[in-house]
Amino acid sequence: MTERQVGVVLVSHSAEVATSVAQMARCLATGGATAAVAAAGGTEDGGIGTSAELIKRAVRAVDTGAGVVVVADLGSAVLTVKALLEDKELPDGTRLADAPFLEGAVGAVVTASAGGDSAAVTAAAEEAYGYRKT
Amino acid sequence: MNTSAAGTPDPLIDTAFVRRWLSLATSAIERKSGWLTELDSAIGDADHGTNMQRGFAAASAAVEKEPSNTPGEVLTHVGRQLISSVGGAAGPLYGTLLRRAGKALGDQPTATPEELCVALRSGVDAVAQLGRSERGDKTMLDSLYPAVEAMGFALGSGAGLLAALAAARTAADEGAAATVPLLARKGRASYLGERSIGHQDPGATSAALLIAAFAEAAEAGAA
Repeated sequence: MTERQVGVVLVSHSAEVATSVAQMARCLATGGATAAVAAAGGTEDGGIGTSAELIKRAVRAVDTGAGVVVVADLGSAVLTVKALLEDKELPDGTRLADAPFLEGAVGAVVTASAGGDSAAVTAAAEEAYGYRKT
Repeated sequence: MNTSAAGTPDPLIDTAFVRRWLSLATSAIERKSGWLTELDSAIGDADHGTNMQRGFAAASAAVEKEPSNTPGEVLTHVGRQLISSVGGAAGPLYGTLLRRAGKALGDQPTATPEELCVALRSGVDAVAQLGRSERGDKTMLDSLYPAVEAMGFALGSGAGLLAALAAARTAADEGAAATVPLLARKGRASYLGERSIGHQDPGATSAALLIAAFAEAAEAGAA
C-alpha cells in the first residue's frame, strides 16, 4: 500500500447527494485507512447546481500529490469539471472518471482506500458501467 | 479601414470594443432574464435567466476591477468568470467559448474582423467538443454556428465588420427561432423527448443575445 492515497471528489447538483454518497462510499471501504473523500455538491449558496469554487476547494482538500479522481453526476457538474481541467484550474494529476455517480464513487473510494494509484481508481469507477443489474 | 455600404467607417476591434460588447451583453441578459427563465421553465429547470444574469454581472464587475489590456485578455477573463459564477451548464459552455476565442486572439492590441471571426468560430467548435453536441441538437450551437458562418460569408464577400456582425445577428436570431420544432438531444431538455418539440431553446436564445451584443458594440463604435 502506498503512503499517499489518491483523493476522491464527488460533484453533484445537490449538496445532500454528494455528502451522503461520500458517507456511503466511506462506509463501504472498510478496513484500514479510508482515502480522503470530499463532496462538492450544489451551489455556494446552498441551491441546486454546480459551483466551480466548491469543486476547486474540494480537489485541493484531498490532494496529497498522488492524484485526485473526480466523479460527477449530470450536465453542468460534468461540464464544469471538464472546463476546469481544460483551463488547468485543478492541480496536476486530477482526472474526471467516466462513471455513474454512486456506483463510480463507491468503486473509486474502495480502490483508493486499498492503495490503488490514480489509474486504478479511475478504472474502478469506470468499470461500474459494466455491472449489469438484470 | 473598411467602410460599410452606408459609408460608415468600421470600428476598431480593440479592448474598448470588447468591453462595449460585455456591457451591452450584460444589459441585454438583464433585460431578457425573465424571458430566458420562462423559456427554460418549459423544457429545462427554470434557472437560465437568473444563472446568466448572475454570471454576466460577476464578469462585468471582475473586468471593471481588473482591467485587461487586450481584446483577447478581456474575453478570456470573462470566460473564466462565467465558469466560476453561472452555476448551470451555460457557465462552462459560454466560459469555454470565450476563453477559446480569447486565446485565439492572442495578446495583440487589435484584431481584424477576419481574426475575430476565426476566434469566435474556434470558440464555437470548443463548445461543440465540450458538450459532445452538434448542430440540430436544440442547443446554443443552433444559433452560434449560423452566426459565425454568416459572419465568415459576409467578410468573404467583401463586407466590413458592421455588415458582417449584422448578418451574424440575423442568422443567430433565425437559428434560435428555428430550434422550436427541434427535438432536444442534449441537456435536461433531452429527457423530455418529444415534449421538447414546440419550444424555443433557451441556450440558443441567450447565444443570439450575445451575438447581437457584438453587432451593437460595432454600431456603437461606429457612431
